Amino acid sequence: MSFLSYLINGISLGSVYAIIALGYTMVYGIAKMLNFAHGDVIMIGAYVTLTAMTSLMAPTIPAILLAIVVCTVLGVVIERVAYRPLRNATSPLAVLITAIGVSYLLQNIALLVFGANTKSFPSVVQLPALSLAGGNLVISSLTLVTILACIVIMIGLTLFIKKTKAGQAMLAVSEDRGAAQLMGINVNGTIALTFAIGSGLAAIAGVLLCSAYPSLTPYTGSMPGIKAFVAAVFGGIGSIPGAMIGGILLGVIEIFGRAYISSQMADAIVFAVLIVVLLVKPAGLLGKKIQEKV
Amino acid sequence: MEKKRWNKTAKNNAVTYGIVIVFWIVMTLWRQSGNLSSLLQGLLVPVCIYAIMAVSLNLTVGILGELSLGHAGFMCVGAFASAFFTQCMTEAIPFVPLRFALAIIVAALFAAVFGVIIGIPVLRLQGDYLAIVTLAFGEIIKNFVNILYIGRDSRGLHFSIRDTLSLGLEEDGVVIIKGPQGITGTSRDATFTIGIILLLITLFIVLRLIQSRDGRAIKAIRDNQIAAESVGINITKYKLMAFTISAALAGVAGALYSHNLSSLTATSQNFGYNMSIMILVYVVLGGIGSIRGSMIAAAILTVLPELLRGLSDYRMLIYAIILIVAMLLNWAPAALAFREKYSLKRLLGKNKAKGVE
Amino acid sequence: MALLEVKNLGISFGGLRAVNGFDIKIEKGQLYGLIGPNGAGKTTVFNLLTGVYKPDTGSIVLDGKDITGKKTIEISKAGIARTFQNIRLFKDMSVMDNVKAGLHNKHSYSFLSGLLHLPSYHAVEKEMTEQAMDLLKVFELEDEAETLAANLPYGKQRKLEIARAMATEPKLLLLDEPAAGMNPNETKTLMEMIEFVREHFQMTILLIEHDMKLVSGICEALTVLNFGEVLAQGQTSVVLNNPQVITAYLGE
Repeated sequence: MSFLSYLINGISLGSVYAIIALGYTMVYGIAKMLNFAHGDVIMIGAYVTLTAMTSLMAPTIPAILLAIVVCTVLGVVIERVAYRPLRNATSPLAVLITAIGVSYLLQNIALLVFGANTKSFPSVVQLPALSLAGGNLVISSLTLVTILACIVIMIGLTLFIKKTKAGQAMLAVSEDRGAAQLMGINVNGTIALTFAIGSGLAAIAGVLLCSAYPSLTPYTGSMPGIKAFVAAVFGGIGSIPGAMIGGILLGVIEIFGRAYISSQMADAIVFAVLIVVLLVKPAGLLGKKIQEKV
Repeated sequence: MEKKRWNKTAKNNAVTYGIVIVFWIVMTLWRQSGNLSSLLQGLLVPVCIYAIMAVSLNLTVGILGELSLGHAGFMCVGAFASAFFTQCMTEAIPFVPLRFALAIIVAALFAAVFGVIIGIPVLRLQGDYLAIVTLAFGEIIKNFVNILYIGRDSRGLHFSIRDTLSLGLEEDGVVIIKGPQGITGTSRDATFTIGIILLLITLFIVLRLIQSRDGRAIKAIRDNQIAAESVGINITKYKLMAFTISAALAGVAGALYSHNLSSLTATSQNFGYNMSIMILVYVVLGGIGSIRGSMIAAAILTVLPELLRGLSDYRMLIYAIILIVAMLLNWAPAALAFREKYSLKRLLGKNKAKGVE
Repeated sequence: MALLEVKNLGISFGGLRAVNGFDIKIEKGQLYGLIGPNGAGKTTVFNLLTGVYKPDTGSIVLDGKDITGKKTIEISKAGIARTFQNIRLFKDMSVMDNVKAGLHNKHSYSFLSGLLHLPSYHAVEKEMTEQAMDLLKVFELEDEAETLAANLPYGKQRKLEIARAMATEPKLLLLDEPAAGMNPNETKTLMEMIEFVREHFQMTILLIEHDMKLVSGICEALTVLNFGEVLAQGQTSVVLNNPQVITAYLGE
């Protein structure tokens, strides 16, 4: 039974990675940039939720909604102020380094506002655990909620992109920005919308992550952010189902690695699997290989 | 014509070496005068370390044109290999300069071997995929060092990735690398002068390489891989060459690092991706492909957080803002256009730059 | 014996047969044109000849040596050099260094010699510089030797690309639409230059061209490609009067 419970835990952790990876992959697909600060938006989302719940005594749901709003605004502001001016810079490294700067900025703002101490994060899901197979397999309600949230987000996002005008515009911009502009699509607006959605999702991911691993510091978002980035690359960066699959696989590999091989090496195992996957499929599991035309 | 060009590059390089030497003279005099704060004194060797890191990373990022986010991993390899060597040879080679010189060579060789092993698979990838895989390798190296135990007794070396006990050492055995505790009691042989010498050697290797036939091939690959192949340049060979030299020099920086501390551990602060990214920041701020620029940026940004120490809690915040603003001013097309329009030269009516073209 | 002899060359991408049953025979010293409508597979033929793509069928023999399926660098060493339709220079290198990169396999010194500036370094670099300068003079680029390639005007970029290709001392030079994007005046000087290169280096040249004037003006023989297959082949005047060619390509 322990295998099954590891698997479920892995899928749950992977669901969080997947939600973060969605933000990475959407932004990459549309703005062609690695948003290194994405992980730190997660951390901000968690702090906002925590503050709302403890200082403002807000109930759970409004606290999370507040975090989503704050992160959405934050994402849009970051894009507008720090990334948009560099969109046509001569080197793609320029915006990458700026994103790193934004990451430092968010971490240090959090450090000043919330302090360096580790804060313990209350679980946002207070339902009884699900007991199966005569009590041999216990699945916490948080795990179920996390997996469910991931499925809902995935379906919602897919429908949004397929069925709405704004979603179609996102596809068009990621395919060919110049052509999309010529077709009358508001490219700036579409990119801002992408950042808004990605950052809103980051807030949800932050809450779920910190509920499962309840210690919150200004650096909490950093490693999950990197891992979600790995997940996005793993699945094929730019691909939404790829981010989903990559995230879940990564979570499962990490939990299995920790359980069966070595807890200290869990991260190394995750990275090693990424390397192997990329060497076999250089554009990730579901990514399209773009060959330069000669 | 040709003569003029050589003079120009030679002059340029001389300025670069000159800056380093002047820096050494000023700092040495300042220290001898007794007025140099202990804080700044403590930064002298780190400045050399990070300058070497930045110059060597620039070889991969600026000259070869591939984004590496795992440079700190090679520094880690060099740090541990050299510290291990020094510990083993403390009695065998009592003459410190020789021992340290050998330790540095060991560091460079080990890092170069890792450069080749990692470079062969990684360099087949492109762009952001290459970047993430270098990051992954860097993290694996750091993680692996944390579970590595090496001990020595009369029968030779013993390795384990579990714990000290499973090394199965005899009575006389000593554990040299102790997993997460790393290596303790390394002799602190690094000095500012040695750091400066190593920086000069690094500069010499990189600058000479750039001007050579090999360097031209590497730059040709950066500018256009397909065209480089079409004139018969061996892509794999030269990519690997640049990557390996870059790794070996990072290993040298690692040796300097480990011999500047009495205990060496691999954490995410010193050898993790955060450090790799920090070095990349130096390279980009100093100007991609500009060797002198990355060296100066590394020196300034190593000292800057300490200079801002008076601002206590705000210092890293200010550092972050400076970084963002500097990037926007140096790279945003709108900012560049503005600077072009209102540049001092133009305002003073000196349109010399235009005239040359 | 022909310098280049290609038989039954073919390649498919997915389901599309991009080039099929392509034959060509080029004699030493010939100036040969490869023409055809857009998407006919002309550049694909170049990519097959230079090893960018591996052919599914057929053989390529250069000067008696089978080079079918060889890698690009081996083909470069065997003696085929090329230019590209969308210019591919080493943009952030000087004009001089672009040509020197072309000379890469003609000269060598050890890594150590480059590092320590041993006598061999100075000797070889001097020779390379002289050789590159000679080529730049041929292409009237000697005054721009120190300019960054990216800063050259368009017409000169095209010339530099040819100079770089010539630096590899090829037996066969492939030019992919050298006159693309040039005005009639520039095209005229380019034509003269191509003829000059042919005379001066006794070069065999295969060129892809859209500009019919250029083709009929300087090429002795033509191959017309349509939908990946050879439509007509032979002496220029004969090919241009072929009714099939006229309907497929010239007759709109």
